[in-house]
Amino acid sequence: MVFKNLSYKTQRKVIIVAFSLIPVVLLFTFAYLPVFNMFKYSFTDWNGYSKSYDYVGLENYKTIFTDSKYFTVFKVSLYYFAGSFVQMALALYFATILSFNVRFKNFFKGVLFFPYLLNGVAIGFIFLFFFRPDGTLDTLMQSIGLGAYTQGWLLNPKIINISLAGASLWRYMGFNFIIFLGAISSIGKDVYEAAEIDGANRWHQFRHIILPSIKSIVQLNLILAISGAISAFDIPYIMTGGSNGSNTFVIQTVTTAFKYNKLGLASAMAVVLLFIVIIVTLLQRLLIKEEK
Amino acid sequence: MYRLKYTAASIVKYASLLLGAFAALIPIAVVLFASFKTNKEYGETSPLTPPDNWLNFANYSKAFINGKMLLGFGNTVIIVVISIIGATLIGSMIAYVLNRFKFRGNKLLMGAFLLATLIPSVTTQVATFRIINFFHLVDTRFAPILLYLGTDIIAVYIFIQFLDSISESLDESAMLDGASYFTIYWRIILPLLAPAIVTVIIVKGVNIYNDFYTPFLYMPSEDLQVLSTALFKFKGPYGSQWEVICAGIMITILPILIVFLALQKYIYNGFAQGSVK
Repeated sequence: MVFKNLSYKTQRKVIIVAFSLIPVVLLFTFAYLPVFNMFKYSFTDWNGYSKSYDYVGLENYKTIFTDSKYFTVFKVSLYYFAGSFVQMALALYFATILSFNVRFKNFFKGVLFFPYLLNGVAIGFIFLFFFRPDGTLDTLMQSIGLGAYTQGWLLNPKIINISLAGASLWRYMGFNFIIFLGAISSIGKDVYEAAEIDGANRWHQFRHIILPSIKSIVQLNLILAISGAISAFDIPYIMTGGSNGSNTFVIQTVTTAFKYNKLGLASAMAVVLLFIVIIVTLLQRLLIKEEK
Repeated sequence: MYRLKYTAASIVKYASLLLGAFAALIPIAVVLFASFKTNKEYGETSPLTPPDNWLNFANYSKAFINGKMLLGFGNTVIIVVISIIGATLIGSMIAYVLNRFKFRGNKLLMGAFLLATLIPSVTTQVATFRIINFFHLVDTRFAPILLYLGTDIIAVYIFIQFLDSISESLDESAMLDGASYFTIYWRIILPLLAPAIVTVIIVKGVNIYNDFYTPFLYMPSEDLQVLSTALFKFKGPYGSQWEVICAGIMITILPILIVFLALQKYIYNGFAQGSVK
């Protein structure tokens, strides 16, 4: 082969260019160009298919922040946000108890994690079935004497977002759980032994050994949960299509762009979302840096 | 006294674990029950009642054939395999260059790849769709494949991290033997990246297998349906036949269950490593 007869200096140049070309082209075409275009579209009234469009300045942004139709959907993310705190707490609890000696450990670990591996559509359908009138949840509640409290879980606008956030919790808890479990099991056994000699009980061990050593991972997961809550899409879209007051910001963006053909407005919404997610992520990086 | 307290704690511990396991399993178990019931049986029995006949596969064949699930499997496999091979090659190449050669623009390029992990792709779809459309790739398998290669940078990230732990003295001794840089990449770096490649296969495999949004948006034709979009189509025509939908759900769960049982250890490790950004 000719390549290996070249000097290392020439080889170096060839390989840097050859190995970077495709990845860089892909990165710029599909990750950065869309962001750039999105900014541009957000100042126009483009419908997405006609040849020409006009610049409208900040009109689209004004619509988002003044028209309640667009603004109220942010409230829906609060349900997912609250749900993610419950999700973290449960994940942390199960990860802690499963990091000690427990019978059938692998069974519990597998069962708690498995939902995360399932298809979003499958999960959407599973919970449509679960929340149906006279479905699984209603039957379960009747069998333990709570029949009087059954609800139109997906019909009542006051409850629907709690139901959906619950389905979302069921889906993602296993992910946080497995990350926390991994972090906890990397703590050396001798640390616990030393603590036990000093008379520390399980709560002390959790409070003073486990929690401090996985603090940054918990923080990271919390931040991921915030961006996840703001960009919730799969579960509500598949289950309700955004009806009965379950519309999220991303569903709203997608329907604005592809159903109502207001690409300019949808781009402005996407820009707002992108800014929120980036600010949240940068905040997290700063927090973690400060600690180090 | 100590013993009593210990037993009480133990009861709470196991009770909570059983409750957690119950909550995780019951939504799936009732779907499994319903998938074996006849339409009449489904209407008459409670969702918590197991089916009369565990070998009633009528709903499964209906879901599998009418829902064209085999086609969905085929398309999913094609897209998953090509995307993973592509992501592994492209990701390891760029990671090798960025990690091993110090050249002008290296830092900038590295920053560009890392910054891209911050962009949630769901937010940019509005504009990405126009670009895919510009290349006339809407409604082809290339659309999702290119997007999985170009926008999900996690592979590059995992490889760069892992390369830090592979000593450069290996490269140097190979150079003394006259190996070219390409040979070093292909014969030394790539094989040593094996554990990182397993992580990439698992994290990307699960993400692509479960992705609904990309195929839904970019491949509307029926011929190109993947598993998730095939299942989504059950919603209209089978709206009143939940036992058939349930069979469809179980068909999509089964492959992932088998993979999970076979590769548990790697899957746990893969997610633990792939997530620590």
